Amino acid sequence: MKSLKHLADKPWERKGIIGGLRPEGAFDTAPAKVALGFFLIVATIIFSLFTISYFIRMELPDWRPLGEPGQLWLNTGLLALGSVVFQLARNKVGRGENRNVFALFLAGGLCTLAFIVGQIMVWSDLMAGGVYLAPNPAASFFYLLTGVHIAHLLGGLWVWSMTSIRLASGKEPKDVRLSIETCTLYWHFLLVVWLVLFAILSNT
Amino acid sequence: MAYVPLADQELELHHPHSWVTKYVWSQDHKVIAIQYGGTAIAVGLVALVLSLLMRMQLGFPETFDLIDPNSYYQSVTMHGMIMVIYLLTALFLGGFGNYLIPLMCGARDMVFPFMNMLSYWVYLVSVIILMASFFVGGGPTGAGWTLYPPQTSLAGTPGHDMGIVLMLISLAVFIVAFTMGGLNYVVTVLQYRCRGLTMMRLPLSIWGIFVATVLGLFAFPALLVAAIMMLFDTLLGTSFFMPAVIESGTALDYEGGSPILFQHLFWFFGHPEVYIVALPAFGLVSDVLSTHARKNIFGYRMMVWAIIVIGLLSFIVWAHHMYVSGMHPYFGFFFATTTLIIAVPTALKVYNWVLTLWEGDLRMNAPMYFAIGFIFTFIHGGLTGLFLGNVVIDLPLSDTYFVVAHFHMVMGVSPVLVLFAALYHWFPKMSGRMYHEGMAKLHFWCTFLGTYAIYLPMHYLGIHGVPRRYYALGTTEFMVPATQDANTAITIAALFVGASQLLFFINIFWSLRSGKKADPNPWGANTLEWQTPETPPIHGNWGDKLPTVYRWAYDYSVPGAHEDFIPQNTPESEEPTVDAEHFDPDHDTSKADL
Amino acid sequence: MSLAIALFLLVIATVVLHFVFAYYFDWWFTPLAADWGGIDLTVNITLWVTGFVFVAINAFMAYCVWRFRHKQGHKAVYEPENHRLEIGLSVFTAIGVVLMLAPGLFYWAAFVNVPEEARDYEVLAQQWQWQYRYPGADGVLGSADTALVSQSNPFGINPEDPNGQDDVVVNDPQMRLPVDQDAHFLFRSNDVLHNFTVPQFRVKMDLVPGLVSYMWFTPTEVGTYDVLCEELCGIGHFIMRGQVVVETEEDFNAWLDTQPTFAETQNMVAANPAAGQAQYAICATCHGQRGEGNLALNSPKISGQPAWYVERQLQYFRTGVRGGEGDVFGQQMAAMATTLTSDQAVRDMAAYIATFPDEPAERTVTGDIANGRDIYDRNCAACHLDDGSGTWYTDAPPLAGQSDWYMVTQLGNFRAGIRGMHPEDDYGEQMVYMATAMADEEEIRDVAAYINTLVSSSVALGE
Repeated sequence: MKSLKHLADKPWERKGIIGGLRPEGAFDTAPAKVALGFFLIVATIIFSLFTISYFIRMELPDWRPLGEPGQLWLNTGLLALGSVVFQLARNKVGRGENRNVFALFLAGGLCTLAFIVGQIMVWSDLMAGGVYLAPNPAASFFYLLTGVHIAHLLGGLWVWSMTSIRLASGKEPKDVRLSIETCTLYWHFLLVVWLVLFAILSNT
Repeated sequence: MAYVPLADQELELHHPHSWVTKYVWSQDHKVIAIQYGGTAIAVGLVALVLSLLMRMQLGFPETFDLIDPNSYYQSVTMHGMIMVIYLLTALFLGGFGNYLIPLMCGARDMVFPFMNMLSYWVYLVSVIILMASFFVGGGPTGAGWTLYPPQTSLAGTPGHDMGIVLMLISLAVFIVAFTMGGLNYVVTVLQYRCRGLTMMRLPLSIWGIFVATVLGLFAFPALLVAAIMMLFDTLLGTSFFMPAVIESGTALDYEGGSPILFQHLFWFFGHPEVYIVALPAFGLVSDVLSTHARKNIFGYRMMVWAIIVIGLLSFIVWAHHMYVSGMHPYFGFFFATTTLIIAVPTALKVYNWVLTLWEGDLRMNAPMYFAIGFIFTFIHGGLTGLFLGNVVIDLPLSDTYFVVAHFHMVMGVSPVLVLFAALYHWFPKMSGRMYHEGMAKLHFWCTFLGTYAIYLPMHYLGIHGVPRRYYALGTTEFMVPATQDANTAITIAALFVGASQLLFFINIFWSLRSGKKADPNPWGANTLEWQTPETPPIHGNWGDKLPTVYRWAYDYSVPGAHEDFIPQNTPESEEPTVDAEHFDPDHDTSKADL
Repeated sequence: MSLAIALFLLVIATVVLHFVFAYYFDWWFTPLAADWGGIDLTVNITLWVTGFVFVAINAFMAYCVWRFRHKQGHKAVYEPENHRLEIGLSVFTAIGVVLMLAPGLFYWAAFVNVPEEARDYEVLAQQWQWQYRYPGADGVLGSADTALVSQSNPFGINPEDPNGQDDVVVNDPQMRLPVDQDAHFLFRSNDVLHNFTVPQFRVKMDLVPGLVSYMWFTPTEVGTYDVLCEELCGIGHFIMRGQVVVETEEDFNAWLDTQPTFAETQNMVAANPAAGQAQYAICATCHGQRGEGNLALNSPKISGQPAWYVERQLQYFRTGVRGGEGDVFGQQMAAMATTLTSDQAVRDMAAYIATFPDEPAERTVTGDIANGRDIYDRNCAACHLDDGSGTWYTDAPPLAGQSDWYMVTQLGNFRAGIRGMHPEDDYGEQMVYMATAMADEEEIRDVAAYINTLVSSSVALGE
């Protein structure tokens, strides 16, 4: 924690230029990635607070555990696949290869779309089975948490579609390398979030 | 890759081509700052009028029939919410954050100018949604700014149908706007500082804004989560927060929800929110004090640490708003302790402000009046916090006028005094003209003395037992008759203070046209925003070359220097360095050597 | 210079005003009536510590502003920091904090831990009334649930629970306590958050729907104390009042014995409309055979009013709560009400009147219906409901179809304090304050005109 050490500096004692062209304490990476890093913390807090609320609400007497449909396993596979494909695209771009990058990148988003469609199918199955949003708090949380997760994915898909359009209109993968990298990180994050949510939802 | 100064990397300044892109869809942080500021002040005036309506009712209960109980509670709610979120948060971070961060960091603009622009427009949408609730059936919500369920969505509360829904949507939209802006501020401070500007050379304004923004990014999610779940409860019939309740004699379908869970979420946001407002105020006032005292801020390091420590502690004190909420009373021990611990770094900041004045060379300009006024009101408001934070004293005092007086002193009057200090202080840079000094000082006296006349007696009414959020006090056996006289006097003071704010607007609008042309650096300040080639700075801020920083922001009255200030971008070779820990020019033994 | 003087004066003024406010105007704690001297002590310690800090720092600051104001040729001292001073000040502050926190935590521990021998009392809050429950001879409160709440069981007491049968229920905003006995208050709410506050007892606590909160204290002074709601609970928050009467153990026990138990309220002999009918002839001369009312005799329509409302008003007339000074027609009614000689006679009469068919009264008042609607929806509907049908839950009688001229008279009486200011007219007092929602006679007529357009849902359904 070098930056913490700097907090002990006596700035009035040292005059002159400190550090190189990059200011001391700045991260050695693109600003977009720093911003994404902060956003991931924000998203983590959002999901954590929902989860804490979930556990607190669970302790109250009217909680009736929900049997989660098996299709969620399939959906999980789709999302994980999306994450893997994004990683492959990212690795290629990192090595400077252009072949198949667009295809992989596109596939990652499509897997995610399939995941979202799958989640919506789970919802309609549940509703067909009489599990509605309101009466059982466990069901309320199921719809809420999956919905919030999908909302985050949709945000990512917006960046994904912008980037895909740029790739489709002839941009080289290296031109959109930053977007591919941030998308990959974001997808990994949302996969982890989903795995945690899935574990919580299906065990309580 | 050869290193380019970060602030010049990927420099895609979106240069405006027409009036519309220059002033409406502008990506220039300074224009966005003024848009944010103007909107915040406009909506703040609505909240001010609401407060005066309430005061008229309380001061002259049977004389004027301006508002009925329904609109009283709507006014209470909207006044609070607007002031805390849409005025103070937006003005300190969206306004001053936007204006000062790139300038004080020596950058050309924010890292993501487009997102910055979007942030303002989304904020404007949230304000419009909020204002729209005045015009829908049932009017705005009257649930109190804390929006505690279950009453928010029950028939006994004004605006329980559309009003609360619009309020929650507006808050969610505001949080989106804040997140876009906030990511910008944080990343700009971290990545776009100019060469040589280490974190510990940053002016305290930036430290305050930076830490407050981080707090906002981490705290607003709690409000968002609470708002989403409450929207579900209100619109879709879920029972996250709603227990089994009876509405006007009819049992509703809700079951088992936890109203206290909402309170925890709300205050997990709500307490850091206090510091989201206070920390930028701490920072700005430090720079105003130091500049006009011609003296370095005393104990800079301690000031930075205090900001950070206060920011961290603010996340573990939230339940001190809930001592009598029915939560498990054992929480009281923990939260009372953490709350009173915050007093230590906060008191230290106060000491250091006062010690900055000690042995200074005080230039008593209008910003300095406001800054010193702030110290006074902040001491008062901070000390009464020690009453309320100490759990057992909260038993008699919570939900009384003492609470109202306390938080208005500490996060109403105090930050507003800083806002005025900062507005007057930076007005010459923002507009290129000087404000009218006499009018500004008159504005100070009216505001400072007037607000003290409002809130000092309120503390005593609270101790006496006068409850807050009462449309009319009614008859009680315990209240002394003079209670109503106090309310009347307070109302007169409030009307006076409200009216005297006209002085500010007259001053600003008059000065914009006819004020004296301002020097680029009228106060002799060190920070970078005063060193721009043009005043007001143009798009891109710095002309051809970004500044380089050689020193901290507080080299005032350095012994042997040519003047009593050395701007941050003055190379070390041009001015002397001092080794002394304490240098008193009046008892200078080394003068012969210089 | 002026600022330095102003700061000095403000410090002095604050100290002087403290004594003026606290001792001349008496804006200070009301005399303590419970065994919580520790809270007052903690407040006083905090006051001295913070008062010292306030005076010291501000006086020092005022001195600095005066002493170091800019003078020609003067230059500031260069002193980046003084770590030792900062540490010293921190320690000094920390000592002050400990000084205040220690008694605070000590007395909080006392507040949190309820003594074993404390007696239980239940306070039930709902918009916008207080009600109370006392454990019966078994000393245990029966279980209760909001889902069981009904007009005949406003506490939602579980009828299956043997512990609840002997619970004494007080469906009235006034409660009583024996002096010098530890009182353990258990709090429930039927709808929203409320807060039970008696300033003289110093302690308060929220009532939260869905859970039971608590507090305890020992009342030490005999007397009558106001109960205030101090958690915003909707539009009627400021009129949610109650009283605690602290009295000697003997008086308390004597009073408690006269209050009905839950079992008694459930098994009460049904009122007998036939008996009421026998007595009604005298009423019919003014109010009409079917209670339709008579404007010429200033007699309002009474048909359509539920038994609980008629019963309460008849009792008010009998006991002088209504029909006091200034209320000419009310005085006539008070005289007539004395012909009902027992509580049972009142109940029978109310039951008979409730059997009348509810035909809307003749419309006689005109006004700006749009304005009336606006005022009504914003302020009246919370209790009297959107369609003016009223509900026992908020103690609000039906308005739709009522004699409009009578409502105009009564609203005027409420506004003038002629009705509702009797100390025992708890519900009438609420109307005194709510009636201020109408600025003048004209607005009262607007509201009455709007109420004329309402059709009570119970009428519409043909009930």
